[in-house]
Amino acid sequence: MRIAGAVLLSMFVSGCEREARRYQELPVGATRAEGVRQTMLQPGEPQEMPRVLSPYQENAWGMAEGKRLFTVFNCVGCHANGGGGIGPALSDDKWIYGAAPQQIYSTIVEGRANGMPSFGGRVPDQQVWQLVAYIQSLSGLVPKDAAPSRNDDMSVNKPELRVERLTPKQTGHR
Amino acid sequence: MPSRIQSALDSAGVQASRIEWLWWLMFWVCTAVFVAVVVALGMAVWRGRSADPERPSEATLMRGVAMATAATIVILIGLLVASVATGRAIGSPPQADPLTVQITGYQWWWSVEYVYPQPNLRFTTANELHLPVGRPILFKLRGADVIHSFWVPNLHGKTDLIPGRENTTWLQIDKPGIYRGQCAEFCGAQHAHMALVVVAESSDDFERWVVAQREPAPAPTTPAQSRGLNVIERGPCALCHTIRGTTAGARTAPDLTHFASRSTIAAGTLPNTPGYLAGWISDPQHVKPGSRMPPTGLSGEDLQAVLAYMETLK
Repeated sequence: MRIAGAVLLSMFVSGCEREARRYQELPVGATRAEGVRQTMLQPGEPQEMPRVLSPYQENAWGMAEGKRLFTVFNCVGCHANGGGGIGPALSDDKWIYGAAPQQIYSTIVEGRANGMPSFGGRVPDQQVWQLVAYIQSLSGLVPKDAAPSRNDDMSVNKPELRVERLTPKQTGHR
Repeated sequence: MPSRIQSALDSAGVQASRIEWLWWLMFWVCTAVFVAVVVALGMAVWRGRSADPERPSEATLMRGVAMATAATIVILIGLLVASVATGRAIGSPPQADPLTVQITGYQWWWSVEYVYPQPNLRFTTANELHLPVGRPILFKLRGADVIHSFWVPNLHGKTDLIPGRENTTWLQIDKPGIYRGQCAEFCGAQHAHMALVVVAESSDDFERWVVAQREPAPAPTTPAQSRGLNVIERGPCALCHTIRGTTAGARTAPDLTHFASRSTIAAGTLPNTPGYLAGWISDPQHVKPGSRMPPTGLSGEDLQAVLAYMETLK
């Protein structure tokens, strides 16, 4: 009887985890949750996101590599050469999931609902950042002296360095 | 690894032997002319402008100049005839039943496709060719990105691989052996590490090799090998490489289906041993800076598994 009582009591004690109230889970001074935002729609005054640039933002080689990868990883399959097709256009000023480099990065790595596949674990980090810089060059968001200057083959598009800088607009998905 | 020195003066084929013959002809003719000129110059210096009263007449001197000029013209025309004859002999198209090989140059490696009329007999490999001895071989050459040049000095002269067009050349090998070739047109940072290996062997050995190459990759048999294949299929490798018989089917980088049967890695840069391969997969940019292969960031266990699997790709 006594043993049974002890067992019962220990069961109650272990069940207390459910009732634990951790009023202070994080140590004092821990940062507030501030991940990559997909949207600029925010409660209260909109806050700027910390600016993270692609390491290849001003680098011609990195963007040229991004341009090559854009074809060989078959980004062109959906986005065409920036004009869009199955996927949305990348050479216009409309951004569904954000135009900031870290937003483009997470769009590639995490994928997005409505069709964008997740390339996380597939494309090494370095190459994702090269793609980010190239995608930014499609709407003139990189310095002109670094953007790709001409295609190796025939193209109907203007070279990226002649693309006028467009002011990104957050549109959200239609 | 090559069994012969990479040299146009160690010819092992029909074309190369003609080129070598022309090379030696030019060498000996030019040597003879050089010696004659130096001897004549030496004699002139030694004799000097002496006060010899019996100097040869103007007409005699003119005759000497005319003879030297005539000899120069005859020698140059002779060399021209020899050169054109050699060009005609090595440039004529192959006779019946050539083996057709399509080579595409990439920065900085070679994609090699063996072309057969029946599509299911075709197969692709990279950076190492096996070729039969005594049979004409027709090469179709293309550049994927920039201009490269296909050159196996022991077998033939150079032919460029140009983006947007197809060049052809053909050769026939006399002597079995392993020959080294390399890109002969500057094509970027790793031009020097863009080599290829040619294994020339008897028709029977070649046909055996062809049959083996057409097979898909063998299925993994141990847990480590299975894990290796899993890493390749689900990780970054499959985005660029093909291993036939698996889901890895991208065509941006060398075909790895029979990788373990090749003697080098990274287009003749390193010997194909597990140690070098581990170093290459972990950090290609250390071995071949500028190479299109990025650091893969595999964990130690994953790397060992990939190595275990790749050893089976005979």
